[in-house]
Amino acid sequence: MTDLVQQVLQKNTRAIARAISHVENEHPSKEDLINSLYPHTGHALVWGLTGPPGSGKSSLVNHMIRIEREKGKSVAVIAIDPSSPFSGGAVLGDRIRMQKHATDEKVFIRSMASRGHLGGVAGATADVIKVLDAAGFDLIIIETIGVGQTEIDVVQMADLVLLVLVPGLGDQIQALKAGVMEIGDVFIVNKSDKPEADRVRAEVEYALHMGRAEINPIFMTSALENTGLNELSCGIEEYYKKIDKNGYLEKKRKERITSEIRNLISAKIRQEIEQALNIREEIEKWAESVYKNKCSPYKLVNEKLQAFFEANK
Amino acid sequence: MSRKIRILIAKPGLDGHDRGAKYIARALRDSGYEIIYTGIRQSPQQIASAAIQEDVDFVGLSLLSGAHNELFPETVKLIREYGGSEIIIFGGGVIPQEDIPFLKGKGVEAVFTPGTPMQPIIDFIEKNKERIAR
Repeated sequence: MTDLVQQVLQKNTRAIARAISHVENEHPSKEDLINSLYPHTGHALVWGLTGPPGSGKSSLVNHMIRIEREKGKSVAVIAIDPSSPFSGGAVLGDRIRMQKHATDEKVFIRSMASRGHLGGVAGATADVIKVLDAAGFDLIIIETIGVGQTEIDVVQMADLVLLVLVPGLGDQIQALKAGVMEIGDVFIVNKSDKPEADRVRAEVEYALHMGRAEINPIFMTSALENTGLNELSCGIEEYYKKIDKNGYLEKKRKERITSEIRNLISAKIRQEIEQALNIREEIEKWAESVYKNKCSPYKLVNEKLQAFFEANK
Repeated sequence: MSRKIRILIAKPGLDGHDRGAKYIARALRDSGYEIIYTGIRQSPQQIASAAIQEDVDFVGLSLLSGAHNELFPETVKLIREYGGSEIIIFGGGVIPQEDIPFLKGKGVEAVFTPGTPMQPIIDFIEKNKERIAR
């Protein structure tokens, strides 16, 4: 395994891809792998790109890769698409729009299926970011599935969230709905070649202005006609400088770590208890007794946990 | 471990007939696999590069323009060169029967010609998936 770690640090494409698979598939060596790579992380900028399906996220990413490459940066992209809740399979097609960059060795594109994880990204995305960061990529772009209000995970994983909106998808009321507008740090109105694009901009400004003096940056782009992309790139650079200077970036990254530690503790405790209480085999019996005796689920769970803690004093 | 089989469906060369490839992609998705589809007009380099980055188990090459005897072996060669020594490669499209032995000799393990039902393709994947060591 140290071979794999060394090769990832030397930016070997195949090793990076294999390390990502180990992480994604919960390989037994996963934690050792992340432990070895973690000291080498912290350099990459992480952008999250979210927005409704069909808003042009992949096409925008294609342009972003080009512009950042022109600046000499190496870029990694994690493109996430949904898994079927029925078959468990997925068609991962985001990379189609970015294939022009497939043979650039300073670009790495990985498609990930959500595999049942809700929240707009895949469960392993946070660890995949660490692998790509350790491998030395300057910029990591996460392109979420893009279904709107539930895309909360990317907010924690990224340094900044780019929210893409397009004309023709509803009126002001949509913009007011909780969770959608609050996600974005930078707003992009794509397909600005279409009529009504200015109206979308106005609605975004309206929604953002509510009770605030200064609003987040908004950019008009057309991925199709290649307009507004340079301004967007400059705007993001400016935004980064600002949040680096005022300490917000550091705060954000520490929040990400805090949240991750909490989630890991929850997940591991849960695993331990599931095993110790033999939940898989016992659960039907317990459900039966709650159903028959009408004893409240709280009562049952508290009894079982009490017994567990007593036994493990 | 919660491993999924990942399959790259790719169209090398200048052939724009993608209905077959898309059909296969959807059918394989419905069988529980993760399909990466890279679209039309891909060079062998682009396909090989994608296969490595995506760490796929299988690559399915689709071609209806007749250039399979040049493009399929070239793509196989590059996949191996870029480090995908274990990836299992199959093909489909408008490929005459008499060309199939040549393609098999060049590393294309199976060729599914027009009219092939989905089941033989799924059987091929299921039978061979254990060969990929993880």
